[in-house]
Amino acid sequence: MDKLTALLAGLLFGAGITVSGMVNPMKVQNFLDLSGDWDPTLLFVMAAALAVTYAGYQLVLKAPRPRFALAFILPSLQGIDERLIGGAVVFGLGWGLTGFCPGPAVASLVFGYWPSALFVLSMAAGMAIASHLFLGTDESPSDG
Amino acid sequence: MLSRHQEGMDPLDAHSLATAFTPLAGLAGGILIGLSAILLMGGLGRVAGVSGIFGALLGRWRPDNAWRALFILGLLAGTILTSLLGGFDSNSMAFPGNPMTTVVGGLLVGLGTTLGAGCTSGHGICGIARLSMRSIVSTGVFMFFAVATVYLMRHVIGAS
Repeated sequence: MDKLTALLAGLLFGAGITVSGMVNPMKVQNFLDLSGDWDPTLLFVMAAALAVTYAGYQLVLKAPRPRFALAFILPSLQGIDERLIGGAVVFGLGWGLTGFCPGPAVASLVFGYWPSALFVLSMAAGMAIASHLFLGTDESPSDG
Repeated sequence: MLSRHQEGMDPLDAHSLATAFTPLAGLAGGILIGLSAILLMGGLGRVAGVSGIFGALLGRWRPDNAWRALFILGLLAGTILTSLLGGFDSNSMAFPGNPMTTVVGGLLVGLGTTLGAGCTSGHGICGIARLSMRSIVSTGVFMFFAVATVYLMRHVIGAS
């Protein structure tokens, strides 16, 4: 059941970013372009996702443990540090430049356009560089 | 510069930059993403953060990478299924920039999400839904810098 749950969660996630159009980097960049052809759709995606997740987390985190695993693995990192801020700045630059963040970029691979593949390869390289050079490990601590 | 990869589309047609505001599809998609996050937390006790999930798959294989691989497989399948069922027209895909901005942007997104321990899904949705101060700050910062980058690219430099 744990395997099926992971697959189904991925399926729902993929359906969500696709039906909302977030898989299209131009649509995302148009959201970020407040003074241009602003497309507010992403605001609606975030608002709905946040409302549903907030309500759902309230319910599921009341349980002593997850249904098919031993414990909830919640991010253990606390506090605002340079790494968090610096990482967010760098991510923001790349997101703005391309309109791609990790989820939609990986999902968009299925359409077979070369920019998706080029982006995901570069992103994987960036992740490998960051974990080996800056974090000194290939198992980076993650909030998500 | 706008690169379209469909025959018969004018890649330099400035109007094709615009995308339609689709609030209902946005809400529907957001609900599905929320359900995914709840399912992953309630079922496996895990955060639905794509940068963390994808990043861990790049490292040495470990037993708990099985669920991550299945999540990514589901993500790809969900995208294909939704398109096949008419929920998205893949001909509308359009990619800002050029090969150089794509490579630089990919590197920055990989570096930034690894250092900052999360992206739009992990911090922006799951983290904020837990009222995590780290995630709220992170999301504010990356949103601000993404908006500033697009402003600079489109309205100051005039590229893209």
